[in-house]
Amino acid sequence: MTPPSFSPTGIRFEKIDKRFGGLYALRRVSLEIAAGECVVFAGRNGSGKTTLLRIAARLSRPSSGTVSFVNSSGAASETPAAAGFVAHATMVYDELSAEENLLLFAKLQGIADPAARAEKLLREVGLEERRNSLVRTFSRGMRQRVAIARALLNEPAVILLDEPATGLDPQGVTWFAETLRGLRDSGRTLLMSLHGESEVSNLATRAIRLDAGAVVADTRTGANFRSILAFANA
Amino acid sequence: MIKTILGAVVLFAAIAFTAYLAFHYAPIEKTMGPIQKIFYLHLPSAFSSFIALGICFYANLRYVFTREAKWDWLGVSAAEVGLAFISVVLITGPIWAHPVWGIWWTWDARLTLTFVLWLLYTAYLLLRSMLEEPDKRALFSSLFGIFAFLDVPLVYFSIRWWRTQHPQPVILGGPGSGLDPRMRVSYLLVWAAFTGLLILLLNGRYKLEAMRASVEELRREAEVR
Amino acid sequence: MALLSNTAVLLGKELRTEFRSRELLTTTVVFILTIVVLFSFTFDPSVTESRRFGPGLLWLTFLFAASLMLQPGFLREQNNDTLSALRLSVSDPFAIFLAKLAASAIFLLLTEMMMLPIFAVLYNVHILAVLPQLVLVFFLGSLGVAIPGTAFSAISAQARMRELMLPVLLLPLLTPVLIASTEATAALLSESPQLRVDWLGFLAGFDVVFLTALWLFGEYLLEE
Repeated sequence: MTPPSFSPTGIRFEKIDKRFGGLYALRRVSLEIAAGECVVFAGRNGSGKTTLLRIAARLSRPSSGTVSFVNSSGAASETPAAAGFVAHATMVYDELSAEENLLLFAKLQGIADPAARAEKLLREVGLEERRNSLVRTFSRGMRQRVAIARALLNEPAVILLDEPATGLDPQGVTWFAETLRGLRDSGRTLLMSLHGESEVSNLATRAIRLDAGAVVADTRTGANFRSILAFANA
Repeated sequence: MIKTILGAVVLFAAIAFTAYLAFHYAPIEKTMGPIQKIFYLHLPSAFSSFIALGICFYANLRYVFTREAKWDWLGVSAAEVGLAFISVVLITGPIWAHPVWGIWWTWDARLTLTFVLWLLYTAYLLLRSMLEEPDKRALFSSLFGIFAFLDVPLVYFSIRWWRTQHPQPVILGGPGSGLDPRMRVSYLLVWAAFTGLLILLLNGRYKLEAMRASVEELRREAEVR
Repeated sequence: MALLSNTAVLLGKELRTEFRSRELLTTTVVFILTIVVLFSFTFDPSVTESRRFGPGLLWLTFLFAASLMLQPGFLREQNNDTLSALRLSVSDPFAIFLAKLAASAIFLLLTEMMMLPIFAVLYNVHILAVLPQLVLVFFLGSLGVAIPGTAFSAISAQARMRELMLPVLLLPLLTPVLIASTEATAALLSESPQLRVDWLGFLAGFDVVFLTALWLFGEYLLEE
């Protein structure tokens, strides 16, 4: 196995507030995620999981507080480290082929030899055969594979996943769990939000529950893993 | 509260006084006759509307860079009050034109500009009603307001150049054209009164918007519980 | 530099996507053709009448067509949330705007060029002698439409009644473009054709003002 081409990175959330109008989506959230941790966020709809992940991905800016990436020597940097983002939406173009999509994003990100990188990722997610088919023709499971390939283009140290297994059939979930296991084992930091227990949540080394925008339970501070996930849909 | 009522009373007296000046003190204009006195309404309204739109632009800029709600309140207040004054200009123009020129409307440079301004700021207010999320509404309308304001000088110059090539009757002669000193005094005082009116209206509208914002916030909080 | 290469890559994507389906181009051409024909019923297209009304009607038609054609700009990116993917990938969000406005200006120019010969035939106007100058006017005018149009399509994509909001926001603002382009076009189609450099300069100025505004404020249009 080739050595990782990224440096292990942790994430630090410091007193994150996010307001939409008068409503608080996140309230004073402070978390320290160590490099290499695999964290699952659980909570009801509207508890702030998506907002927190999008802030970590730099798609959204917090109303106050900071999010920073911490390298192996503990130095925090607010400049975005390479972070991959996978959401329920595939974030790829239906009108382009799988390969065209990957080439597009690879070129935008300034990756050297984008064709080779796209080729490699297509192989890794098992879409080599369908590289020239338009994404429009793909099943849900295949679309998620393209989404993951896109997220991995710049070999990110951190991967953020927002309810990524939604809509996948059992085979799709298994494939997903396997892929995430590989990413976790290679030393990447994974943050994902899930709706409950599954093969995917079993990969996590830590679970955090959010409710109404605040952290209410964390396995790091002694809460029970199963119970955090069990109440996910309550 | 008392201050506002007092201010309104003083302003009412001031406007009544200047109205008296306009109708009785200032002489009747030679060529146009009594209809010219609509000028005392038309011009100060135009002036006040420009001030209001300038305030709107400033508020829009401040909002984009600070994201403080009060600038959004000021922006919408200024736009609405400005729009009201612009509407006065657009209505008094034709009322003047008809007895003098026999036509209701002419595409003279100033009126056309005023009409386009009216459309732009109506669009601003319409946009606000089509955006539900308060932060988005404030941000997007501020950005549109900035673009609209940047457009104003461009609209003005393009219409003027266009009109100098296709001359049309100028609907109102320049105000400085041979003004009787009594007229000048009246104009200045009416201007002052209208500026006072502008400030009073802005103040009232701003407070209304502030109240609306806090009610909306309370309602959202209640919904969550 | 990264901004230009990002813009080039994105522009390539916009063009490739459109030329695959050609739905935007074909619909816009048909729309303009319909309006141009309908207009011909409203006045007698003799040569003098065409010279008087032709340029104005042509540009008015382009403005209406543009406000429809600009709609999909950011609306398409809501599909599958590809806008987020773009924001994550590009170094400068201005590249997204540049690519979209360039694509819109190109599509607009293409439809205008396709319309020109048809207009010339239907309204008995001579265009061959002044074709290059006409292209210049159309180019600057199309940019003038595309620049604020792209900005406002980002706004209207998130508003209710978006199909109507975009024209309502855009058309009053484009008054200077309408005036300048019509005057310049009329001058070229008149009995003694001349190139009105003053109006062209004005159009260029308009383009610069709004491109700068977009550069300064564009990132706020993409905020979450």
